[in-house]
Amino acid sequence: MHDIYDELVGIVGEACISRAEEELYLYSRDQGLQPPGRPDYVVMPTSTEQVREIVLLAGRHGVPVVPLGGGLVLSGLSVPRRGGIVLDMKRMNRVLEVNELSHYCVIEGGVTQGLLQAYLARRHPSLKHSVPDAPPAATIAGNIAIHGSGHLSQSEGGFHSEMVTGLEVVLPTGEVCRLGSCSTVPKWFSRAPLPDLVGLFLGWNGTTGVITRIGLKLFPNHPLKDVLMFMTEDIDAVPDILFRVIATEMAEDITFFVTPKPAYFDGFQMTNIHVVAHTPREMKLKMEIIRESLRPYLDSKEAGFLPLPPHMKVNLLAAPQKSLSEFADIRKGGGFEYVGSIMPVESIPGAYRAGLEITARNDVTYSMGARVVGRGHAVMFYYAYPFNRADAGEIGRVRAALDESNVAAMELGGIPWKTEVAGQRMILERMEPATRDFLMRIKKVLDPQGIMNPGNWEVTP
Amino acid sequence: MRHEELLHRCFRCGWCKLPTNYVDFNCPAYLQFRFESFSAGGRMWLIRAWQQGELKASERLARILFTCVTCKNCVQACAMPGIRDQLVDIFTAAKGELVEQGIVPPAIRDYFKSMQTYGNPYKRPATERAAWAQGLDLPRFAGQDYLFYVGDEGAYDELGIRMAGATARLLKRAGVDFGILGEDELSDGNDLRAAGEETLAMALAEEFIDRLKSHGVRKIVTLSPHALNIMKADYPAWGGSFTVRHYTQVLVPLLRKMPLAKKEIRVTYHDPCYLGRWQGEYEAPRAVLRAIPGLALVEMARNRKDALCCGGGGGNFFTDVLGHGEDQAARVRVREAAETGAEVLAVACPLCFKMLDDAVKAENLEEKIRVRDIAGLVLEAAGA
Repeated sequence: MHDIYDELVGIVGEACISRAEEELYLYSRDQGLQPPGRPDYVVMPTSTEQVREIVLLAGRHGVPVVPLGGGLVLSGLSVPRRGGIVLDMKRMNRVLEVNELSHYCVIEGGVTQGLLQAYLARRHPSLKHSVPDAPPAATIAGNIAIHGSGHLSQSEGGFHSEMVTGLEVVLPTGEVCRLGSCSTVPKWFSRAPLPDLVGLFLGWNGTTGVITRIGLKLFPNHPLKDVLMFMTEDIDAVPDILFRVIATEMAEDITFFVTPKPAYFDGFQMTNIHVVAHTPREMKLKMEIIRESLRPYLDSKEAGFLPLPPHMKVNLLAAPQKSLSEFADIRKGGGFEYVGSIMPVESIPGAYRAGLEITARNDVTYSMGARVVGRGHAVMFYYAYPFNRADAGEIGRVRAALDESNVAAMELGGIPWKTEVAGQRMILERMEPATRDFLMRIKKVLDPQGIMNPGNWEVTP
Repeated sequence: MRHEELLHRCFRCGWCKLPTNYVDFNCPAYLQFRFESFSAGGRMWLIRAWQQGELKASERLARILFTCVTCKNCVQACAMPGIRDQLVDIFTAAKGELVEQGIVPPAIRDYFKSMQTYGNPYKRPATERAAWAQGLDLPRFAGQDYLFYVGDEGAYDELGIRMAGATARLLKRAGVDFGILGEDELSDGNDLRAAGEETLAMALAEEFIDRLKSHGVRKIVTLSPHALNIMKADYPAWGGSFTVRHYTQVLVPLLRKMPLAKKEIRVTYHDPCYLGRWQGEYEAPRAVLRAIPGLALVEMARNRKDALCCGGGGGNFFTDVLGHGEDQAARVRVREAAETGAEVLAVACPLCFKMLDDAVKAENLEEKIRVRDIAGLVLEAAGA
């Protein structure tokens, strides 16, 4: 493959490509527990044109291309299953446009969540985007491509993929396409009213092309923020609690979590309700409406609001929350992986009980929870398991718990989210045959040589 | 390897890559190369793979590790309390392992040779160590309150010499009772240690400590934050307990009594890693600058604990293992400084002075912003 290396150097320059053992080792694995997969090259393009040239080169040689954002997916979706070129997008990190009046921005495919937050905070402080709970080094493109969700998912319209107003993509055959309004007029404000092609690149795990530019919805950034924590010991009450709070339309973000540690949380189900406002009066009113929505629980003393000390509030109000990453080291072992599952709100109690059984059966530590997406149209329910990287036994037990969690999620009417190759196959097996065939046909049309992130969304290994 | 038991505890979450306000990548090596391997988390995983025999020590691994400039930005941002404080020490220990195996980049090897042979990285004789003080009429140390220690950069580097002269004149003007060692100075060893040559660094330091003791030194004012750091953090364990202060710290209370002329100038200040993140001093340099009437101090987007490093630490000042280009930390930093609209980028470290001055030229920003040392600015306001 030496000629490929030379050709890649010709495209991106020597400083932006590596085939050294050190890079091949690191890009062979992510933080989760999926098996490593070794690339042949790691390449960092700086422009759409370079991406196009790389994809064309890969097509000529029949070499796989695996796009990589922040590398934080945990389920191995950016780990090359059949070698080839890892396309590390981090050098394409420019914010190209912010349209304040139309509430959108246009960014390159390697822009991180943190960089966009910082850019908006400095130049457009009245606007914000929806921030996932991933660390700030996660990229926007990576997150929308996996149907991520974040702190505005409840109040502002759902999954992050639904906040995309347009895309620029490099197809596996080398064409550069703009999708959405930007395909027709020089503005990135909307996917409607055109035939919606954007969905061909969202949820496909990089198997249909490389996202090089994104039009993304922005939202008002309120100056005041506060948070309430509602506690109950009755898991069966949680869907109703969420329903009541959602119905007020006063909350920006609603999340639910259970954790056995710290001990004072053990046995309780907590619902975090984030509220934003322009004025103290507005904040007071919103908080009061939310409290009233839960009046039957308060009156019956079956549940209540937990007084939050200031340090906890600061922690909870941060977006993203740094403390969530500390979870990876609670076993003093620097590891965790989770099964996320998109499921209906009413599945929460069952998912919780299944999680308790799985963790007990496998003797693993856990955290479980959910984020409300849309006005309760779905939740992203997670089973998160920390582990010690130096403890092979624990790693084995967590692997088993993850597999069982995938199965449990599907049995409860959910669908595993950003799931690893084995989980994708499980989904495809249960998918209606006509739909599965349609999906495979589209994939084949877009990527006739099968060079884009092969191994993902494939019926057979 | 030291801290080997901590290597598996890095999740590689990536928080270490960004300052608290996320404006841009904060590690000079990661900023420059962008491969995950050059991030703090990437280094942790590679060191573990190496220690477990999954990877062999190589020139590439050496390049990845020796480009850590020990700026501590990763420490500042790391999300893992269990490893956070040890991160840089882990990288330094890994460099030390490579040094023992003889796998070091050629520039680092040459740096070590210069230190071993000449006692300084400039390959200059010790007899020239006092040249910076010519014409300044400075007394040799003979029991004064302070020893003024200028170090290798103050003695041999063009801008360092200018900074050392300005600082000495300012200390005199402020009434500080001090002397210098001149030819008797030795390298403090901070950057040698940070580059992984701990044995030689310690040997140099111990010899210097003996010399300081023989001169009866008790209090030291340093030109460089690098010297301040090793003298405060490591010398006590090696037998040298002195009261050590950076020159800006000594000047703060004295400037209240010094008449300074009005100077209407817009200044931004660059926090040196070894004064800020390593020694926790963020206010003294700012207080010195604010003492100048009319001076408007404006902050860069990244300042204090979040300040971007100039890239001069860890021996890179002398070895240039980080290399050049638009993503060079010093060039990114001067672009940030120019964005503030400041006419002057003030520095408190001779290494930062040189790195940022070169970067202003590389960025063609000479007509927009000048790099000035704080002592020089105050001296000018003092009419000296």
